[in-house]
Amino acid sequence: MPSKWNLGSIGLKTATLLGFLFIHIPILIIIMYAFSTDEKTFQFPLPGFTTKWFGVAWERNDIWDAITLSSQVALISTIIAIILGTLACLAVYRSQFFGKEVISFLVILPIALPGIVTGISLRSAMSLFGIPFSTWTIVIAHATFCIVTVYNNVLARLRRSSHSMVEASMDLGANPWQTFRYVIMPNIATALLAGGMLSFALSFDEVIVTTFTAGQQSTVPIWMLTEFIRPRQRPVTNVVAVFVILVTTIPILAAYYLTKEDDGRKK
Amino acid sequence: MTTALDKLFTFLFYRKSLALLLLLAPLLIWLGVVYLGSLFTLLIQSFFSIDSFSGVIKREFTLESYYDLFRQSTNWDIIIRTTTMAFTVTVVSAIIAFPIAYYMAMNAGPRLKPILYLGVMLPLWSSYLVKVYSWKLIMAKEGILTWCLEKLGLLHLLDAVLSLPVIGGSSLSFSYIGMFLVFVYIWLPYMILPIQASLERIPKSLLEASSDLGGGPMQTFRKVIFPLAFPGVVAGSIFTFSLTLGDYIIPTIIGNSSYFIGMAVYTHQGTAGNIPLAAAFSVVPIVIMMVYLTIAKRLGAFDAL
Repeated sequence: MPSKWNLGSIGLKTATLLGFLFIHIPILIIIMYAFSTDEKTFQFPLPGFTTKWFGVAWERNDIWDAITLSSQVALISTIIAIILGTLACLAVYRSQFFGKEVISFLVILPIALPGIVTGISLRSAMSLFGIPFSTWTIVIAHATFCIVTVYNNVLARLRRSSHSMVEASMDLGANPWQTFRYVIMPNIATALLAGGMLSFALSFDEVIVTTFTAGQQSTVPIWMLTEFIRPRQRPVTNVVAVFVILVTTIPILAAYYLTKEDDGRKK
Repeated sequence: MTTALDKLFTFLFYRKSLALLLLLAPLLIWLGVVYLGSLFTLLIQSFFSIDSFSGVIKREFTLESYYDLFRQSTNWDIIIRTTTMAFTVTVVSAIIAFPIAYYMAMNAGPRLKPILYLGVMLPLWSSYLVKVYSWKLIMAKEGILTWCLEKLGLLHLLDAVLSLPVIGGSSLSFSYIGMFLVFVYIWLPYMILPIQASLERIPKSLLEASSDLGGGPMQTFRKVIFPLAFPGVVAGSIFTFSLTLGDYIIPTIIGNSSYFIGMAVYTHQGTAGNIPLAAAFSVVPIVIMMVYLTIAKRLGAFDAL
């Protein structure tokens, strides 16, 4: 691009740099606090560094319970989202039918409406029909808003891949099942994986909808929320926060690289 | 196994509409029955009422909950407070996001671009609760922000800001300013990405045409770039506005004890057990969002999503 479009280039660079510092520094601060020897306050500069809180957190059963529940919920919701999302994608891409627009709207709705609306409507429906709150009620809620990540990823991939491959496969005598198994599946595999990982991270981190659809159990975000409001051991909360950063960041990075590779190949 | 699947797939292959129906059925049942069904029951329940003596929900059509909702001026305060916050957060996020998005789309080289993109996407997806919590650490009285300002000799500035009426408070983490800061921080990436995407889509030939026709950089920006990027700003504003409207975690963890819509909904359904009123309350953000989305659609935001 010609240099004359670099409007006030230095100002722009500074603004961007400051913006990025603003976005990223708070996360680094959390990581730093996980190593603090200070037990009662959020004192800065830190009085000393220690790794003992990682050990303390490791011993705590309530944390393990929360992690187990969160992992179960995220895994089952992701599987449901993958099945529902992928089937719908296969139907929507390349075919025209009445109400096609409605489907993409329907998929986006659970995340477009404020979380509180999704949360309270599911809760009120569940209590109206006398469904007891359990792991499954959380799963139902999470799968509902996870579908969109799988749907968008897979649909984007299907739109980008050329349909001539499917036609070629059929011309060469493959039956529809073989075409699906050997042509379509390998084509969308990484998009499925990426969508699934994002969905897992999304579910693992969800708090607003979960507070409405969980009974007495606590997922990791619910556990954290309770600790923020009534702190028991602050440094342990910081350790769990670092753990959550890792659990959500790694799938996002992986998903990014899985879909990026595909972009490069198509261009 | 495979032959059975073979037959099934072949059977369906020649019956396109049946196949389509089967593929869509699970999603339609899930979202149509579970999700839309729930939204519908919420709407229905907002027309129920609660017996003030027994606390039992009466399942008869009445507008009592809505009457209750709009009769009390405190509820109006909550609605106005939340909407004002959502609006301010949206405007400020747009102002901060635009130069960042502009740099990412127009100035950054091919090597830097993916790094910047990842740098925005990572915080967007990563833990919401942890990010809110980090600001509790930062804004604590003995925390890092106070320390920084002290070192810079600007502590009196913080005190001056906190002594302002309405937006001030006893400390940053118990004030509207603190809440506002956290909202902007959390939703900023949701604003950057749509603007960046819409800037990215501007054909470079338009910029060349503008300059060929004698337009200076400022003129090109005002007459060409900004109007074309505006739908992206509106698209981003849908997220920042909607997310602020429904959030109740940030006002709970950070901020003074004044209520926001989300907290009111939560309290009414939980401690008070008044589901009809909570339902009526949550219809408010739905209506506000519907109005907002209608305006956004007119401004072309949906093409920029």
